[in-house]
Amino acid sequence: MQVVSVLIILIAVSILVAGGFLVAFIWSVKKGQFDDDYTPSVRMLFDDTPAPDEESSVKSKQS
Amino acid sequence: MQLEKFQYDNRIVRNFAYATILWGVVGMLVGLWAALELVFPKVLNVQPWFNFGRIRPLHTNAVIFAFVGNGIFMGYYYSLQRLLKTRMASDILSRIHFWGWQLIIVAAAITLPLGITTSKEYAELEWPIDIAIAVIWVIFGWNMFATILKRRERHLYVAIWFYIATFVTVAVLHIVNSFELPVTFLKSYSWYAGVQDALVQWWYGHNAVAFFLTTPYLGLMYYFLPKAANRPVFSYKLSIIHFWALIFIYIWAGPHHLLYSALPNWAQSLGIVFSFTLIFPSWGGMINGLLTLRGAWDKVREDVILKFMVVAVTAYGMATFEGPMLSLKTINAISHFTDWTIAHVHVGGLGWNGMLTFGILYWLIPKIFKTELYSRKLANAHFWIATLGILFYAIPMYWAGFTQASMWKQFTESGQLKYPFLETVTYLKPFYATRSFGGALYLVGALLMVYNIYKTVRQGKLVANEDAEAPALEKTYQQHNGEHWHRWLERKPVPFLVATLIVILIGGVIEMVPTFLVKSNVPTIASVKPYTPLELQGRDIYVREGCYTCHSQMIRPFRSETERYGEYSKAGEFVYDHPFQWGSKRTGPDLAREGAGNNRKTNTWHFNHLDDPQAISTGSIMPSYSFLIDNVLDTSTTRAKIRAMQTLGVPYEKGYEDKANRDLAIQASQIAATLHNDSIMVPSNREIIAVIAYLQRLGTDIGKNKIAGTSNK
Repeated sequence: MQVVSVLIILIAVSILVAGGFLVAFIWSVKKGQFDDDYTPSVRMLFDDTPAPDEESSVKSKQS
Repeated sequence: MQLEKFQYDNRIVRNFAYATILWGVVGMLVGLWAALELVFPKVLNVQPWFNFGRIRPLHTNAVIFAFVGNGIFMGYYYSLQRLLKTRMASDILSRIHFWGWQLIIVAAAITLPLGITTSKEYAELEWPIDIAIAVIWVIFGWNMFATILKRRERHLYVAIWFYIATFVTVAVLHIVNSFELPVTFLKSYSWYAGVQDALVQWWYGHNAVAFFLTTPYLGLMYYFLPKAANRPVFSYKLSIIHFWALIFIYIWAGPHHLLYSALPNWAQSLGIVFSFTLIFPSWGGMINGLLTLRGAWDKVREDVILKFMVVAVTAYGMATFEGPMLSLKTINAISHFTDWTIAHVHVGGLGWNGMLTFGILYWLIPKIFKTELYSRKLANAHFWIATLGILFYAIPMYWAGFTQASMWKQFTESGQLKYPFLETVTYLKPFYATRSFGGALYLVGALLMVYNIYKTVRQGKLVANEDAEAPALEKTYQQHNGEHWHRWLERKPVPFLVATLIVILIGGVIEMVPTFLVKSNVPTIASVKPYTPLELQGRDIYVREGCYTCHSQMIRPFRSETERYGEYSKAGEFVYDHPFQWGSKRTGPDLAREGAGNNRKTNTWHFNHLDDPQAISTGSIMPSYSFLIDNVLDTSTTRAKIRAMQTLGVPYEKGYEDKANRDLAIQASQIAATLHNDSIMVPSNREIIAVIAYLQRLGTDIGKNKIAGTSNK
């Protein structure tokens, strides 16, 4: 008997959590929340190099 | 907005890169040694330190925590600083993290060959090292979160989510699975017993794969693959969905390691459902990785770094297709306990982790040394040799696994088992040899890389502190209307940490709490009694020698297994097993009922077999354990061990710890006497006597009154 009740709790919690994710996902798509989900993927490509002249000035200061 | 100047710490990246290379070579070398031991058992099993049972954990720990572990940190320290536009919060913490991690690895490399082990797979290290791991892990996390808090970029790039999930989940997994009661300075008993121990162990074991070999490497993929290809990731949207789905689903998948075992059926079913579902988020990641190269496949033809990464992501896709399939009961009934599993993990390990690590190293080393890669040609050679190595490794292992499973299940027309176990082992020898060749190829490729990187480093100079600049982060952030809720989390690392923690804990708690609390899940069997002191000491030697690496103690309810090994295993038989010894691989036969029924052998047989397995079983690939005849059993620990077992709830009578050694001596002299009758003049105080006592006890309890007293209230 206990095993059955554990299974029911288990399934209920799982469905609740999984359903929560689904609802949040559908809601966010409908709201157009994913419209600007592109720039971060592009920006990460450019973050390495400081401007060339700035770079040289920093270097000369250090040396 | 003020433009701020700062410097990235490249020295820590270099240190972790060197450690990755060093431990990678060591780990692969140990793996090759272990593989060759199955081909040349008499030559390479230098007992006791290099016997397979002690070397195999050394290999798995070295490649997972030393090679991949350092690879993770190398990638973290490089990408985290750049994605957050800041130096690491504390150079001192970075350094403590580095040296602490290396010390832990050295401690593992010393203790495992000495037989100091908990026997819980990928968590074999004993309790003092477990504590050190927890401390260093927290230092690493502290440094990471402090860095996130002082960042100059408000948005947390997708890679960082994976890093955070990795940190949190590994901490939880490690602490829960390492619950153990110290007996002496280097010996402990798992807090959990039998079924519970198995569930916790494989909840940990599977998530070591998920959160040590997968999520951090997905994070690295999301940084280094776009960088190397100089293209944005295919879909940022997909990365959000697949991240949440992956961490939520992965945490439930552990029970697929225990299908058809004595684990309660509902937990098995739960594990199957989630393991199968895992294919969706996993392939989400693979697709996102591969499609990042859409329209740029011509680059892959020329750029060796992209070649490594493409094979890595492809291997990830294959392994994560295979994983859900292996979690289906029908397929698992064939694959489990065979070399199929070994093939599966090596597609993941050599393909996904190895190839991605190589790709990152070839990309990153020239960057931090401000130079070009010494030789693209050599790197290309490495790529092809490594790819061939994977094929030569995986194909024979798949073949061996399927073949052996088929032989195990084969009956003659008159209904007898067709093959004795030994025949199914000797048949595999050519496969083991080919696999070793594949592993050797892979190692040769790695050595080419060592030379290539050495030359690259020599021709460049480390930019220890790399200049960078970025505007300071605005103190107050203007909330835009209609902004996606996820953005709020992305800007706040602490709530993000908490959210991740909640998500991963749900799975673990729901699976484990009922198993511990609900008595009916582990029916008690009246005739199952605690081990005698001698058997307990013998069991600890069984643990020490890593017998579980080749012998299971779990008879599944198939006719082919009950015919061969006897009555299938019941949950109630393992209630006093701290830790459980179910094993995961049958390179040798199952031992769950070694002392019972038709399996029972004489003490003399066991003595001779442990002394020289090949003399008793021609063609056996088991190492010799003749040193057990010379080793005197340490009975000074008996008292502490009985006390520890009592603390863990094993019902030895009160004050038994004082009588234990007397009982031990009596049982030992009885066994010695039977050996003396067969003219084996071994003193009764030797370790081999304890091991024989344990082996003869295995599986005998439920035979006593025919599973009477099975209660299922």
